[in-house]
Amino acid sequence: MTQHASESTDTAPGTGTERVKRGMAEQLKGGVIMDVVTPEQARIAEDAGAVAVMALERVPADIRAQGGIARMSDPDMVAGIIDAVSIPVMAKARIGHFVEAQVLQSLGVDYIDESEVLTPADEAHHIVKTDFTVPFVCGATDLGEALRRIAEGAAMIRSKGEAGTGNVVEATRHMRALRSGIKRLATLDDTELFVAAKELRAPHDLVVEVARTGKLPVVLFTAGGIATPADAAMMMQLGAEGVFVGSGIFKSGDPAQRAAAIVQATTFFDDADVIAKVSRGLGEAIVGINVSTLPQSERYATRGW
Amino acid sequence: MSAPTIGVLALQGDVREHLAVLRGLGATAVTVRRPEELAAVDGLVVPGGESTTMANLAQRFGLLQPLRDAVRGGLPTYGSCAGMIMLADTVLDAPAGQQTIGGLDVTVRRNAFGRQVDSFETEVEIAGVAGGPVHAVFIRAPWVEEAGPGVEVLGRVVGGPADGKIVAVRQGHLVATSFHPELTGDTRVHAVFVELVRAARARHQVSDGATAGADSEGRVS
Repeated sequence: MTQHASESTDTAPGTGTERVKRGMAEQLKGGVIMDVVTPEQARIAEDAGAVAVMALERVPADIRAQGGIARMSDPDMVAGIIDAVSIPVMAKARIGHFVEAQVLQSLGVDYIDESEVLTPADEAHHIVKTDFTVPFVCGATDLGEALRRIAEGAAMIRSKGEAGTGNVVEATRHMRALRSGIKRLATLDDTELFVAAKELRAPHDLVVEVARTGKLPVVLFTAGGIATPADAAMMMQLGAEGVFVGSGIFKSGDPAQRAAAIVQATTFFDDADVIAKVSRGLGEAIVGINVSTLPQSERYATRGW
Repeated sequence: MSAPTIGVLALQGDVREHLAVLRGLGATAVTVRRPEELAAVDGLVVPGGESTTMANLAQRFGLLQPLRDAVRGGLPTYGSCAGMIMLADTVLDAPAGQQTIGGLDVTVRRNAFGRQVDSFETEVEIAGVAGGPVHAVFIRAPWVEEAGPGVEVLGRVVGGPADGKIVAVRQGHLVATSFHPELTGDTRVHAVFVELVRAARARHQVSDGATAGADSEGRVS
């Protein structure tokens, strides 16, 4: 099976390189990327200080509530959001759906999220992301999964968390798993790294690189259940380099104020006085779901292989 | 003379890369998020990132006016990409009301080369940087549309659809590039800036010493 990305004929020299793709994510560090479903929400996010917006038709909380197959957004809607703001616009493609990714690249989105929040289109294969000019971000629950996605060409990784729940517990689990996985590699010798690569089901060269540098070779964000400024700051203290907030903003009582507060808490993640100040008077947070009561079939984090 | 202290504005962006390059060049590099941290540096780097986010946070945390005062007061400052936008007096294609630090007499166009799929890397000759062209990484980059009479153009894109566009400038103590030398491992652009900071500091110490009278000889060495 071959996968034809639209980059072959009309690509300018020097575009779509690994450095340009990974470098784009470096520019987003310390920032908050917000899910938006309308141009108006996108402008609210930009005014609140978002570094990028994720254009989608339904936020994860609504995907959960309404059920059915969740797909790439309507191109009109993505184009409307691209026109509305000056900051980067991301959009989601289904896991393995390389044609949705080709369409999003053609629309001019700045980053594609190959996302478990949408219904997977392939139960064995992810998109071969090196075929594209546009960079990709992918979710991961642990180090092995992160490195498999990077091997496929992901230029940015985020924790999966459990999207649409307003419950940070899964994002915490994934950030801690990633961190301890990276720390463990640093303690291993050359012989043990071969075994580690096998156990992680990840390419040996990437395993060696992580062991040597003590970090992922791409930027690591957190996502999935972040609802408050304190949630965002906790993820940053656990090693995230930035934050995705999905349902947590526009499913809350005062989206503009909450969005700004989460942006500020992400920059001053190590300053409890600032976090306390910005957390005041935000109104109601997303109501939220207890993840332990979710049936296995409704846990998005288990999607992806 | 001791190492100069250079701050990197750390509201958002690729702060870590700039800190690493500056430390590699022998500077003492620190993050700047608060006015008192700004007051303690000999030079400042405004990194790559999102200029709208940086401007927003600088305003909310009372850092914008101190930044303007410092830059206008002669603090050597280097801006890469979003940093170039932040230093520009005029910005095109920005949301209504976007604030900048200003100080650099240029008109900059945001996202001038296009969207992320148009981001690219290429070689650019930079005046004052010896040893051949700099490998320049442009990410949703701005360019300088107009430069005032006091602005020295250091580099332009050669070839392609953006042929001739200005992508590196200097105006006295201010330096700006559209591209990201912090991403390539080539430290020559930062080295030029660190030298500028060292020279400015030496001048200040001379003038401080002069006003302090007899103390001067001991301090300038």
